[in-house]
Amino acid sequence: MYVAVKGGEQAIANAHALLAQRGRGTGPRLGADQVRDQLGVLVSRVMSEGSLYDEDLAARAVVQAQGDVLEAVTLVRTYRTTLPRFGTTAAVDTARLPSERRVSATFKDIPGGQQLGATFDYTHRLLAEPDQGHVDADFDEAEPMARVTDLLGASALIEPASSDESDPDPADLTRDPTVFPMSRAERMQALARGDEGFLLSMGYSTLRGYGGSHPFVGEVRVGQVEVELDVPELGFAVCIGRIEVTECQMVAQFVGSSSVPPMFTRGYGLAFGRSERKAMSMSLVDRALRAEELGERAVAPANDEEFVVEHADNVQASGFVEHLKLPHYVDFQAELALLRTMHDESPQPESPQPQETR
Amino acid sequence: MNDAAPTVMVRQRAARALARADASRLAAHWAAWPDPPTVEYLRGPEAGLVMVQGRIGGSGDRFNVGEATVTRATAVLRGGCLTCEQVGTSYVLGSDTEHAGLAAIFDALVADPATSPRALAEVVEPLEREHEHDDARACAEARATQVNFLTVARENTAGMEDDDQ
Repeated sequence: MYVAVKGGEQAIANAHALLAQRGRGTGPRLGADQVRDQLGVLVSRVMSEGSLYDEDLAARAVVQAQGDVLEAVTLVRTYRTTLPRFGTTAAVDTARLPSERRVSATFKDIPGGQQLGATFDYTHRLLAEPDQGHVDADFDEAEPMARVTDLLGASALIEPASSDESDPDPADLTRDPTVFPMSRAERMQALARGDEGFLLSMGYSTLRGYGGSHPFVGEVRVGQVEVELDVPELGFAVCIGRIEVTECQMVAQFVGSSSVPPMFTRGYGLAFGRSERKAMSMSLVDRALRAEELGERAVAPANDEEFVVEHADNVQASGFVEHLKLPHYVDFQAELALLRTMHDESPQPESPQPQETR
Repeated sequence: MNDAAPTVMVRQRAARALARADASRLAAHWAAWPDPPTVEYLRGPEAGLVMVQGRIGGSGDRFNVGEATVTRATAVLRGGCLTCEQVGTSYVLGSDTEHAGLAAIFDALVADPATSPRALAEVVEPLEREHEHDDARACAEARATQVNFLTVARENTAGMEDDDQ
């Protein structure tokens, strides 16, 4: 139970002023546009976990939060609640526009080719002076890049992307009450807004044997997709702009069951912006959470839907953990009084006395 | 009004170019528009959200990826160079209400037979050319990072190169 406390207005005002002063520093003030353009990966993470695509807002949140990612995510989530929702877009088609980055770790020669794009892969990971970054590029025809898993799926014994003929509307976590077990679509939404660190660790645990999967990256791509919205007052769909997304198709072994022959199964990840680690982790966790559906043994933490979904959201998690630092004097006094009573009623001379701090 | 079908396609084309344009560019075009009609906003420009959906595996069931900010406006344009009263509507990603306001004006100008040719030739098509140019450059830069991975010595070992991590 939490009992309200009063007072401290002046101290709180001064604390916020001190916070602002600490964030101000002594050099030139950092602009949100600089954060947007130069800390793009951080901005991507805030958009992804804030579950709101807006580079400018996310950059502002990063500056205001003095670089605290979870604080920035919370700012974005809060802002989101002040706006009405105008509608739902058509599903974005990740194969339509030429990707900036597209690699497959399973198929070497793929139509459209392997394209590294802007990546930290193959860098030396040594601190160095910033590079000006000039790319020598000849203008040439873009080759279409069909999805690897679609192109080679059947011949490589990869399961098709499950698609219900009726194309059901997915439940929306932000509007519908959470009921377990969830549909895979609803789970995907929870993972898409889940904490990157949490998903990374859960995904990592499956590789280390907790949920034993042996995955390959079928395809990772980073690129822009067009967003289309059916506008009722116009009577037709229009393109309302582009967003950058990262997609990961993970391909994992599956030994088969009594009804399904052995084949490769798939895990999927999709996140806003340049969020490759997030998309990869998400696809690992998505695959692990399909254990029950595929008739596999589901004993590892990453196989437990309720555990993963309920602990993936960092706004909820940090809210609960961080509230512990707020005044709990009355609760603590109540517990202390209870312990004292128990000690008085049955003295235990042998037990070590815990140090009392007040 | 001419026949409806091409108009829809033209307005869709215009909407794509207008949504991607810089608001400042649209403002300059609008400021330079000869004999401008009066503009009254029936709605907005106002900020809101759209839920962005994707498909599991790229082509499977739909799911909610997250929301995106969007601004929208509906404007009615009267008089000036128009043949009749025109209503324009816009939806544009982002939080720039001015952008949506201008896009709605140009949607109405594209819809009117008298102003459509000028709006297309002087606003939409130059924007499209610019966007194409930007896309081509981005694409060429990305294609400069194409690689051919060679599997050395173990070529054609039926995909057994998996345990090398």
